[in-house]
Amino acid sequence: MSHRTHRFAALVAVAALALAGCSGAHGQTIVVGSQDYYSNEIVAEIYAQALEKGGYAVDRQFRIGQREVYLPEIEAGNIDLFPEYTGPLLQFWKSSTTARLADAVYSELVQAAPAGLRVLDQSPATDQDSYVVTSAFASQWHLTTISDLKGVTVPLVMGANSEAQSRPNGPQGLLDTYGVTCGFTPIEDGGGPLTVKALKDGTIQLAIIYTADPSIMANDLVSLEDDKGLFLASHLVPLASDKVDDKAAALINKISAAMSPSDLVALDARSVTDQLPAATIATDWLKDKGLV
Amino acid sequence: MNLGETFTWLATHWAGPGGIGARLAQHLLLTLAVVAVAAIVALPLGVLIGHTHKGAAVVGASVGAARAIPTLGLLTLFGLALGIGLRAPVLALVILALPSLLAGAYAGVETVPPAVVEAARAVGLSETQIVWRVELPLGAPVIIGGLRAATLQVVSTATLAAYIADTGLGRFLFIGLKSRDYAQMVGGAILVIALALILEVTLAATQRLVSVHVTHPRQ
Repeated sequence: MSHRTHRFAALVAVAALALAGCSGAHGQTIVVGSQDYYSNEIVAEIYAQALEKGGYAVDRQFRIGQREVYLPEIEAGNIDLFPEYTGPLLQFWKSSTTARLADAVYSELVQAAPAGLRVLDQSPATDQDSYVVTSAFASQWHLTTISDLKGVTVPLVMGANSEAQSRPNGPQGLLDTYGVTCGFTPIEDGGGPLTVKALKDGTIQLAIIYTADPSIMANDLVSLEDDKGLFLASHLVPLASDKVDDKAAALINKISAAMSPSDLVALDARSVTDQLPAATIATDWLKDKGLV
Repeated sequence: MNLGETFTWLATHWAGPGGIGARLAQHLLLTLAVVAVAAIVALPLGVLIGHTHKGAAVVGASVGAARAIPTLGLLTLFGLALGIGLRAPVLALVILALPSLLAGAYAGVETVPPAVVEAARAVGLSETQIVWRVELPLGAPVIIGGLRAATLQVVSTATLAAYIADTGLGRFLFIGLKSRDYAQMVGGAILVIALALILEVTLAATQRLVSVHVTHPRQ
Protein backbone atom coordinates (compact mmCIF):
# COMPACT_ATOMS: atom_id res chain seq x y z
CA MET A 1 0.00 0.00 0.00
CA SER A 2 2.63 2.50 1.07
CA HIS A 3 4.86 1.29 -1.75
CA ARG A 4 2.13 2.01 -4.24
CA THR A 5 1.53 5.43 -2.72
CA HIS A 6 5.24 6.15 -3.00
CA ARG A 7 5.41 5.04 -6.59
CA PHE A 8 2.33 7.09 -7.38
CA ALA A 9 3.82 10.11 -5.66
CA ALA A 10 7.04 9.62 -7.60
CA LEU A 11 5.13 9.42 -10.87
CA VAL A 12 3.20 12.53 -10.04
CA ALA A 13 6.42 14.28 -9.11
CA VAL A 14 8.04 13.31 -12.41
CA ALA A 15 4.96 14.39 -14.35
CA ALA A 16 4.88 17.67 -12.49
CA LEU A 17 8.54 18.27 -13.21
CA ALA A 18 7.97 17.57 -16.89
CA LEU A 19 5.02 19.93 -16.92
CA ALA A 20 7.02 22.56 -15.08
CA GLY A 21 9.30 22.86 -18.08
CA CYS A 22 6.48 24.07 -20.31
CA SER A 23 4.94 25.79 -17.33
CA GLY A 24 1.41 27.15 -17.05
CA ALA A 25 -0.09 30.48 -16.18
CA HIS A 26 1.91 31.11 -13.02
CA GLY A 27 5.45 30.36 -14.03
CA GLN A 28 7.22 28.41 -11.30
CA THR A 29 6.24 25.04 -9.90
CA ILE A 30 5.24 25.00 -6.23
CA VAL A 31 6.82 22.14 -4.34
CA VAL A 32 4.44 20.83 -1.67
CA GLY A 33 5.90 18.59 1.04
CA SER A 34 4.49 16.56 3.92
CA GLN A 35 5.64 14.78 7.05
CA ASP A 36 5.81 11.04 7.22
CA TYR A 37 2.44 11.10 9.00
CA TYR A 38 -0.79 10.14 7.26
CA SER A 39 -2.80 13.05 8.65
CA ASN A 40 -0.21 15.59 7.50
CA GLU A 41 -0.09 14.00 4.05
CA ILE A 42 -3.86 14.44 3.63
CA VAL A 43 -3.59 18.17 4.40
CA ALA A 44 -0.64 18.53 2.01
CA GLU A 45 -2.67 16.77 -0.67
CA ILE A 46 -5.54 19.21 -0.08
CA TYR A 47 -3.10 22.12 -0.57
CA ALA A 48 -1.73 20.52 -3.73
CA GLN A 49 -5.13 19.87 -5.30
CA ALA A 50 -6.38 23.37 -4.49
CA LEU A 51 -3.28 24.91 -6.08
CA GLU A 52 -3.69 22.74 -9.19
CA LYS A 53 -7.31 23.86 -9.50
CA GLY A 54 -6.04 27.42 -9.17
CA GLY A 55 -3.82 26.91 -12.21
CA TYR A 56 -0.49 26.26 -10.46
CA ALA A 57 1.96 23.51 -11.33
CA VAL A 58 2.56 21.38 -8.24
CA ASP A 59 5.35 18.98 -7.34
CA ARG A 60 4.40 16.65 -4.49
CA GLN A 61 7.22 15.61 -2.15
CA PHE A 62 5.28 13.71 0.49
CA ARG A 63 6.19 11.51 3.44
CA ILE A 64 9.59 13.12 3.87
CA GLY A 65 10.14 12.35 7.55
CA GLN A 66 10.30 14.30 10.76
CA ARG A 67 11.04 17.97 11.37
CA GLU A 68 14.80 17.50 11.76
CA VAL A 69 14.88 16.14 8.23
CA TYR A 70 12.51 18.29 6.24
CA LEU A 71 12.86 21.72 7.81
CA PRO A 72 16.45 22.25 6.58
CA GLU A 73 15.15 21.39 3.08
CA ILE A 74 12.44 24.03 3.38
CA GLU A 75 14.92 26.59 4.69
CA ALA A 76 17.22 25.78 1.76
CA GLY A 77 14.38 26.61 -0.64
CA ASN A 78 13.79 23.07 -1.92
CA ILE A 79 10.21 22.91 -0.66
CA ASP A 80 7.72 25.79 -0.97
CA LEU A 81 4.66 24.76 1.00
CA PHE A 82 4.35 22.47 3.99
CA PRO A 83 1.54 21.81 6.51
CA GLU A 84 3.06 22.49 9.92
CA TYR A 85 1.91 22.69 13.54
CA THR A 86 2.31 26.00 15.38
CA GLY A 87 3.77 24.99 18.76
CA PRO A 88 6.26 22.32 17.70
CA LEU A 89 7.48 24.51 14.81
CA LEU A 90 7.97 27.48 17.13
CA GLN A 91 9.91 25.30 19.56
CA PHE A 92 12.13 24.13 16.74
CA TRP A 93 13.04 27.69 15.78
CA LYS A 94 12.96 29.19 19.26
CA SER A 95 13.54 26.58 21.94
CA SER A 96 13.49 29.21 24.72
CA THR A 97 9.85 30.15 24.09
CA THR A 98 7.39 30.13 26.99
CA ALA A 99 4.28 30.64 24.83
CA ARG A 100 1.77 27.80 25.24
CA LEU A 101 -1.65 29.08 24.17
CA ALA A 102 -2.69 29.27 20.53
CA ASP A 103 -2.62 33.00 19.79
CA ALA A 104 0.58 33.73 21.73
CA VAL A 105 2.31 30.86 19.95
CA TYR A 106 1.10 32.04 16.55
CA SER A 107 2.24 35.64 16.97
CA GLU A 108 5.67 34.51 18.15
CA LEU A 109 5.84 32.11 15.24
CA VAL A 110 5.18 34.89 12.74
CA GLN A 111 8.20 36.72 14.20
CA ALA A 112 10.39 33.61 14.36
CA ALA A 113 10.13 32.61 10.69
CA PRO A 114 13.51 33.05 8.95
CA ALA A 115 13.97 35.23 5.86
CA GLY A 116 12.36 33.83 2.72
CA LEU A 117 9.76 31.89 4.69
CA ARG A 118 6.46 32.88 6.28
CA VAL A 119 3.58 31.18 8.02
CA LEU A 120 0.13 31.73 6.56
CA ASP A 121 -3.02 31.93 8.69
CA GLN A 122 -3.36 29.27 11.38
CA SER A 123 -6.30 26.93 11.13
CA PRO A 124 -8.79 26.27 13.94
CA ALA A 125 -7.89 22.59 13.41
CA THR A 126 -5.41 21.28 15.95
CA ASP A 127 -3.51 18.07 16.40
CA GLN A 128 -1.93 18.12 19.81
CA ASP A 129 -1.46 16.10 22.97
CA SER A 130 -4.52 15.98 25.18
CA TYR A 131 -5.62 14.21 28.33
CA VAL A 132 -8.39 11.82 27.49
CA VAL A 133 -10.87 10.08 29.79
CA THR A 134 -13.82 7.80 29.11
CA SER A 135 -17.12 9.62 28.74
CA ALA A 136 -18.48 7.58 31.66
CA PHE A 137 -15.65 8.84 33.88
CA ALA A 138 -16.19 12.38 32.60
CA SER A 139 -19.89 12.41 33.43
CA GLN A 140 -19.36 10.69 36.80
CA TRP A 141 -17.03 13.49 37.93
CA HIS A 142 -18.45 16.32 35.75
CA LEU A 143 -15.25 16.80 33.80
CA THR A 144 -14.87 19.11 30.82
CA THR A 145 -11.55 20.79 31.58
CA ILE A 146 -8.32 19.50 33.08
CA SER A 147 -8.93 21.82 36.08
CA ASP A 148 -12.06 19.78 36.85
CA LEU A 149 -9.79 16.83 37.72
CA LYS A 150 -9.27 18.50 41.10
CA GLY A 151 -12.76 17.41 42.07
CA VAL A 152 -11.98 13.74 41.48
CA THR A 153 -11.53 11.96 44.82
CA VAL A 154 -10.43 8.52 43.59
CA PRO A 155 -6.71 7.97 42.84
CA LEU A 156 -5.81 8.82 39.25
CA VAL A 157 -3.37 6.86 37.09
CA MET A 158 -2.08 8.19 33.79
CA GLY A 159 -1.10 5.81 31.00
CA ALA A 160 1.25 6.99 28.26
CA ASN A 161 4.55 6.29 26.54
CA SER A 162 7.34 6.09 29.10
CA GLU A 163 8.95 9.38 28.06
CA ALA A 164 5.90 11.24 29.40
CA GLN A 165 7.03 10.34 32.90
CA SER A 166 9.92 12.80 32.66
CA ARG A 167 8.37 15.32 30.24
CA PRO A 168 6.23 18.38 31.08
CA ASN A 169 3.14 16.74 29.53
CA GLY A 170 3.21 13.91 32.12
CA PRO A 171 2.24 13.61 35.80
CA GLN A 172 4.81 16.24 36.83
CA GLY A 173 3.32 18.85 34.48
CA LEU A 174 -0.19 18.00 35.65
CA LEU A 175 0.91 18.58 39.24
CA ASP A 176 2.83 21.80 38.50
CA THR A 177 0.23 23.43 36.27
CA TYR A 178 -3.03 22.13 37.72
CA GLY A 179 -2.11 20.90 41.21
CA VAL A 180 -3.52 17.46 40.38
CA THR A 181 -1.65 14.40 41.63
CA CYS A 182 -1.68 11.20 39.60
CA GLY A 183 0.26 7.96 39.22
CA PHE A 184 1.86 6.73 36.05
CA THR A 185 1.88 3.51 34.11
CA PRO A 186 3.84 3.05 30.87
CA ILE A 187 1.99 1.82 27.79
CA GLU A 188 4.29 2.01 24.80
CA ASP A 189 1.79 2.15 21.95
CA GLY A 190 1.46 5.94 21.70
CA GLY A 191 -2.20 6.20 22.66
CA GLY A 192 -3.09 3.16 20.54
CA PRO A 193 -5.48 0.27 21.17
CA LEU A 194 -3.73 -0.97 24.33
CA THR A 195 -4.07 2.49 25.89
CA VAL A 196 -7.76 2.66 24.94
CA LYS A 197 -8.29 -0.81 26.39
CA ALA A 198 -6.64 0.25 29.67
CA LEU A 199 -8.94 3.32 29.85
CA LYS A 200 -12.02 1.19 29.29
CA ASP A 201 -10.86 -1.37 31.87
CA GLY A 202 -10.30 1.42 34.38
CA THR A 203 -6.67 0.35 34.93
CA ILE A 204 -5.84 3.93 33.99
CA GLN A 205 -8.12 6.97 34.17
CA LEU A 206 -6.13 9.40 32.02
CA ALA A 207 -4.32 8.84 28.75
CA ILE A 208 -2.38 11.11 26.42
CA ILE A 209 -3.90 10.89 22.93
CA TYR A 210 -3.65 13.33 20.02
CA THR A 211 -6.78 15.47 19.68
CA ALA A 212 -7.24 14.49 16.01
CA ASP A 213 -6.99 10.76 16.70
CA PRO A 214 -10.17 9.08 15.35
CA SER A 215 -10.06 6.58 18.23
CA ILE A 216 -11.30 9.30 20.60
CA MET A 217 -14.64 9.43 18.82
CA ALA A 218 -14.74 5.75 17.92
CA ASN A 219 -14.31 4.69 21.55
CA ASP A 220 -16.57 7.23 23.23
CA LEU A 221 -13.67 9.05 24.90
CA VAL A 222 -13.55 12.69 25.97
CA SER A 223 -10.61 15.00 25.46
CA LEU A 224 -10.36 17.40 28.43
CA GLU A 225 -9.96 21.07 27.61
CA ASP A 226 -6.49 22.37 28.48
CA ASP A 227 -7.71 25.59 30.18
CA LYS A 228 -4.32 26.54 31.66
CA GLY A 229 -2.16 25.80 28.65
CA LEU A 230 -0.22 22.77 29.87
CA PHE A 231 0.08 21.41 26.36
CA LEU A 232 1.71 23.42 23.67
CA ALA A 233 -0.92 24.67 21.20
CA SER A 234 -0.47 22.86 17.92
CA HIS A 235 -2.70 24.34 15.26
CA LEU A 236 -2.31 23.45 11.63
CA VAL A 237 -0.39 26.22 9.90
CA PRO A 238 0.96 26.34 6.33
CA LEU A 239 4.64 27.18 6.08
CA ALA A 240 5.31 28.92 2.75
CA SER A 241 8.25 30.20 0.76
CA ASP A 242 8.30 33.35 -1.38
CA LYS A 243 7.35 31.24 -4.39
CA VAL A 244 3.85 31.00 -2.92
CA ASP A 245 2.43 34.25 -4.28
CA ASP A 246 -0.48 36.23 -2.81
CA LYS A 247 -3.10 34.46 -4.90
CA ALA A 248 -1.81 31.05 -3.89
CA ALA A 249 -1.60 32.17 -0.26
CA ALA A 250 -5.23 33.30 -0.40
CA LEU A 251 -6.23 29.85 -1.72
CA ILE A 252 -4.40 28.11 1.13
CA ASN A 253 -5.76 30.52 3.76
CA LYS A 254 -9.28 29.69 2.63
CA ILE A 255 -8.51 26.00 3.27
CA SER A 256 -7.11 26.71 6.73
CA ALA A 257 -10.16 28.77 7.65
CA ALA A 258 -12.56 26.11 6.41
CA MET A 259 -10.92 23.24 8.29
CA SER A 260 -12.46 22.76 11.73
CA PRO A 261 -10.96 20.52 14.42
CA SER A 262 -13.67 17.93 13.78
CA ASP A 263 -12.93 18.07 10.04
CA LEU A 264 -9.37 17.01 10.75
CA VAL A 265 -10.60 14.13 12.91
CA ALA A 266 -13.00 13.08 10.15
CA LEU A 267 -10.21 13.23 7.53
CA ASP A 268 -8.00 11.06 9.74
CA ALA A 269 -10.83 8.63 10.32
CA ARG A 270 -11.33 8.16 6.58
CA SER A 271 -7.68 7.20 6.33
CA VAL A 272 -7.49 4.98 9.43
CA THR A 273 -10.94 3.39 9.34
CA ASP A 274 -11.82 3.39 5.65
CA GLN A 275 -8.21 2.99 4.40
CA LEU A 276 -8.78 5.51 1.61
CA PRO A 277 -5.82 7.13 -0.19
CA ALA A 278 -4.96 10.74 0.66
CA ALA A 279 -5.88 11.94 -2.85
CA THR A 280 -9.47 10.65 -2.59
CA ILE A 281 -9.95 12.03 0.92
CA ALA A 282 -8.59 15.43 -0.18
CA THR A 283 -10.78 15.65 -3.29
CA ASP A 284 -13.92 14.72 -1.35
CA TRP A 285 -13.23 17.27 1.37
CA LEU A 286 -12.53 20.10 -1.09
CA LYS A 287 -15.77 19.33 -2.97
CA ASP A 288 -17.70 19.05 0.27
CA LYS A 289 -16.51 22.51 1.32
CA GLY A 290 -17.14 23.99 -2.09
CA LEU A 291 -13.50 24.99 -2.45
CA VAL A 292 -12.93 23.54 -5.92
CA MET B 1 26.57 9.62 24.37
CA ASN B 2 29.80 7.91 25.26
CA LEU B 3 30.72 4.97 27.43
CA GLY B 4 31.70 7.31 30.26
CA GLU B 5 28.15 8.63 30.50
CA THR B 6 26.84 5.07 30.49
CA PHE B 7 29.09 4.11 33.39
CA THR B 8 28.11 7.26 35.28
CA TRP B 9 24.47 6.31 34.75
CA LEU B 10 25.13 2.73 35.86
CA ALA B 11 26.94 3.96 38.97
CA THR B 12 24.37 6.51 40.09
CA HIS B 13 20.86 5.13 39.50
CA TRP B 14 20.57 2.26 41.97
CA ALA B 15 18.22 3.66 44.60
CA GLY B 16 14.48 4.25 44.68
CA PRO B 17 11.40 2.46 43.34
CA GLY B 18 12.47 3.04 39.72
CA GLY B 19 16.17 2.45 40.38
CA ILE B 20 18.44 -0.25 39.00
CA GLY B 21 18.19 -2.37 42.18
CA ALA B 22 14.39 -2.51 42.04
CA ARG B 23 14.29 -3.08 38.29
CA LEU B 24 16.85 -5.90 38.49
CA ALA B 25 14.85 -7.60 41.22
CA GLN B 26 11.61 -7.25 39.20
CA HIS B 27 13.29 -8.57 36.09
CA LEU B 28 14.79 -11.58 37.89
CA LEU B 29 11.51 -12.40 39.67
CA LEU B 30 9.55 -12.11 36.45
CA THR B 31 12.01 -14.41 34.66
CA LEU B 32 11.97 -17.01 37.43
CA ALA B 33 8.17 -16.92 37.70
CA VAL B 34 7.73 -17.34 33.94
CA VAL B 35 10.23 -20.22 33.71
CA ALA B 36 8.64 -21.90 36.76
CA VAL B 37 5.12 -21.70 35.30
CA ALA B 38 6.33 -22.92 31.91
CA ALA B 39 8.27 -25.77 33.55
CA ILE B 40 5.21 -26.93 35.50
CA VAL B 41 3.37 -27.27 32.19
CA ALA B 42 6.14 -28.48 29.90
CA LEU B 43 8.29 -30.83 31.99
CA PRO B 44 5.63 -33.42 32.95
CA LEU B 45 4.26 -33.36 29.40
CA GLY B 46 7.70 -33.76 27.83
CA VAL B 47 8.66 -36.58 30.19
CA LEU B 48 5.37 -38.37 29.53
CA ILE B 49 5.87 -38.16 25.78
CA GLY B 50 9.50 -39.23 26.03
CA HIS B 51 8.60 -42.18 28.23
CA THR B 52 5.65 -43.45 26.23
CA HIS B 53 7.08 -42.51 22.80
CA LYS B 54 3.56 -41.31 21.93
CA GLY B 55 2.97 -37.94 20.33
CA ALA B 56 6.63 -37.33 19.49
CA ALA B 57 5.73 -36.08 16.00
CA VAL B 58 3.26 -33.62 17.51
CA VAL B 59 5.97 -32.28 19.82
CA GLY B 60 8.43 -31.83 16.96
CA ALA B 61 5.92 -29.93 14.84
CA SER B 62 4.42 -27.78 17.58
CA VAL B 63 7.79 -26.91 19.11
CA GLY B 64 9.06 -25.74 15.74
CA ALA B 65 5.92 -23.74 15.05
CA ALA B 66 5.83 -22.18 18.51
CA ARG B 67 9.38 -20.94 18.12
CA ALA B 68 8.29 -18.84 15.14
CA ILE B 69 5.70 -16.88 17.13
CA PRO B 70 6.75 -13.22 17.54
CA THR B 71 6.52 -12.40 21.24
CA LEU B 72 5.74 -8.69 20.83
CA GLY B 73 2.79 -9.52 18.58
CA LEU B 74 1.57 -12.08 21.07
CA LEU B 75 2.01 -9.58 23.90
CA THR B 76 -0.12 -6.98 22.10
CA LEU B 77 -2.78 -9.59 21.35
CA PHE B 78 -2.95 -10.73 24.98
CA GLY B 79 -2.79 -7.11 26.13
CA LEU B 80 -5.89 -6.30 24.08
CA ALA B 81 -7.69 -9.26 25.66
CA LEU B 82 -6.43 -9.03 29.25
CA GLY B 83 -5.59 -5.34 29.62
CA ILE B 84 -2.34 -3.78 30.71
CA GLY B 85 -0.25 -5.07 33.61
CA LEU B 86 1.74 -8.25 34.08
CA ARG B 87 -0.73 -10.91 32.98
CA ALA B 88 -0.24 -10.43 29.24
CA PRO B 89 3.60 -10.36 29.33
CA VAL B 90 3.72 -13.41 31.65
CA LEU B 91 1.48 -15.37 29.31
CA ALA B 92 3.45 -14.34 26.21
CA LEU B 93 6.77 -15.20 27.88
CA VAL B 94 5.47 -18.58 29.11
CA ILE B 95 4.62 -19.41 25.51
CA LEU B 96 8.14 -18.33 24.53
CA ALA B 97 9.65 -20.64 27.17
CA LEU B 98 7.50 -23.70 26.48
CA PRO B 99 9.18 -25.05 23.28
CA SER B 100 12.70 -25.22 24.75
CA LEU B 101 11.48 -26.83 27.97
CA LEU B 102 9.24 -29.30 26.19
CA ALA B 103 11.91 -30.28 23.69
CA GLY B 104 14.51 -30.63 26.47
CA ALA B 105 12.28 -32.81 28.63
CA TYR B 106 11.18 -34.96 25.73
CA ALA B 107 14.67 -35.38 24.26
CA GLY B 108 16.24 -36.03 27.69
CA VAL B 109 13.96 -38.97 28.40
CA GLU B 110 13.81 -40.19 24.82
CA THR B 111 17.60 -40.52 24.48
CA VAL B 112 17.99 -42.87 27.44
CA PRO B 113 19.10 -46.14 25.74
CA PRO B 114 16.15 -48.56 25.37
CA ALA B 115 18.31 -51.39 26.72
CA VAL B 116 18.71 -49.54 30.01
CA VAL B 117 14.97 -48.99 30.30
CA GLU B 118 14.27 -52.63 29.39
CA ALA B 119 16.80 -53.77 32.00
CA ALA B 120 15.07 -51.64 34.62
CA ARG B 121 11.73 -53.14 33.61
CA ALA B 122 13.26 -56.67 33.75
CA VAL B 123 14.45 -56.25 37.33
CA GLY B 124 10.90 -55.37 38.31
CA LEU B 125 10.76 -51.55 38.44
CA SER B 126 7.30 -50.07 37.87
CA GLU B 127 6.82 -47.48 35.12
CA THR B 128 6.78 -44.66 37.67
CA GLN B 129 9.99 -45.98 39.20
CA ILE B 130 11.59 -46.19 35.75
CA VAL B 131 10.76 -42.53 35.14
CA TRP B 132 12.02 -41.30 38.52
CA ARG B 133 15.02 -43.57 39.03
CA VAL B 134 16.26 -44.21 35.50
CA GLU B 135 14.99 -41.80 32.86
CA LEU B 136 14.98 -38.56 34.83
CA PRO B 137 18.49 -38.95 36.32
CA LEU B 138 19.98 -40.06 32.99
CA GLY B 139 18.11 -37.42 31.02
CA ALA B 140 18.83 -34.64 33.52
CA PRO B 141 21.67 -32.94 31.61
CA VAL B 142 19.49 -32.55 28.50
CA ILE B 143 16.45 -31.47 30.54
CA ILE B 144 18.54 -28.83 32.30
CA GLY B 145 19.86 -27.80 28.89
CA GLY B 146 16.25 -27.06 27.90
CA LEU B 147 15.77 -25.09 31.10
CA ARG B 148 18.94 -23.15 30.33
CA ALA B 149 17.82 -22.25 26.81
CA ALA B 150 14.36 -21.21 28.03
CA THR B 151 15.80 -19.05 30.81
CA LEU B 152 18.14 -17.26 28.44
CA GLN B 153 15.28 -16.51 26.03
CA VAL B 154 12.97 -15.31 28.79
CA VAL B 155 15.49 -13.13 30.62
CA SER B 156 16.34 -11.25 27.44
CA THR B 157 12.78 -11.01 26.13
CA ALA B 158 11.33 -10.01 29.52
CA THR B 159 12.34 -6.45 28.60
CA LEU B 160 9.08 -6.42 26.61
CA ALA B 161 7.09 -6.54 29.85
CA ALA B 162 7.77 -2.81 30.13
CA TYR B 163 5.71 -2.33 26.97
CA ILE B 164 2.53 -2.47 29.06
CA ALA B 165 3.68 -2.73 32.67
CA ASP B 166 5.84 -0.71 35.03
CA THR B 167 8.18 -3.66 35.46
CA GLY B 168 11.70 -4.81 34.73
CA LEU B 169 14.83 -3.61 33.01
CA GLY B 170 12.94 -2.92 29.79
CA ARG B 171 11.79 0.36 31.35
CA PHE B 172 15.31 1.76 30.96
CA LEU B 173 15.37 0.76 27.30
CA PHE B 174 12.00 2.32 26.47
CA ILE B 175 12.61 5.56 28.38
CA GLY B 176 16.12 5.86 26.93
CA LEU B 177 14.93 5.26 23.39
CA LYS B 178 12.02 7.70 23.50
CA SER B 179 13.82 10.52 25.28
CA ARG B 180 17.13 10.02 23.43
CA ASP B 181 18.86 9.24 26.71
CA TYR B 182 21.21 6.73 25.14
CA ALA B 183 23.40 6.43 28.23
CA GLN B 184 20.38 5.07 30.06
CA MET B 185 19.46 2.82 27.15
CA VAL B 186 22.92 1.29 26.85
CA GLY B 187 23.10 1.01 30.64
CA GLY B 188 19.82 -0.92 30.65
CA ALA B 189 21.05 -3.19 27.87
CA ILE B 190 24.27 -3.91 29.77
CA LEU B 191 22.23 -4.84 32.85
CA VAL B 192 20.10 -7.27 30.85
CA ILE B 193 23.22 -8.84 29.35
CA ALA B 194 24.85 -9.13 32.77
CA LEU B 195 21.78 -10.77 34.28
CA ALA B 196 21.50 -13.15 31.33
CA LEU B 197 25.17 -14.12 31.65
CA ILE B 198 24.88 -14.76 35.39
CA LEU B 199 21.87 -17.04 34.89
CA GLU B 200 23.55 -18.74 31.93
CA VAL B 201 26.78 -19.44 33.82
CA THR B 202 24.86 -20.73 36.85
CA LEU B 203 22.73 -23.10 34.77
CA ALA B 204 25.70 -24.22 32.66
CA ALA B 205 27.59 -25.11 35.84
CA THR B 206 24.55 -27.03 37.12
CA GLN B 207 24.29 -28.86 33.82
CA ARG B 208 27.96 -29.81 33.93
CA LEU B 209 27.68 -31.01 37.51
CA VAL B 210 24.72 -33.22 36.63
CA SER B 211 26.48 -34.58 33.50
CA VAL B 212 29.49 -35.60 35.55
CA HIS B 213 27.16 -37.25 38.02
CA VAL B 214 25.44 -39.18 35.20
CA THR B 215 28.61 -40.41 33.47
CA HIS B 216 30.57 -41.07 36.67
CA PRO B 217 27.93 -41.80 39.30
CA ARG B 218 30.42 -42.69 42.05
CA GLN B 219 32.37 -39.46 42.02
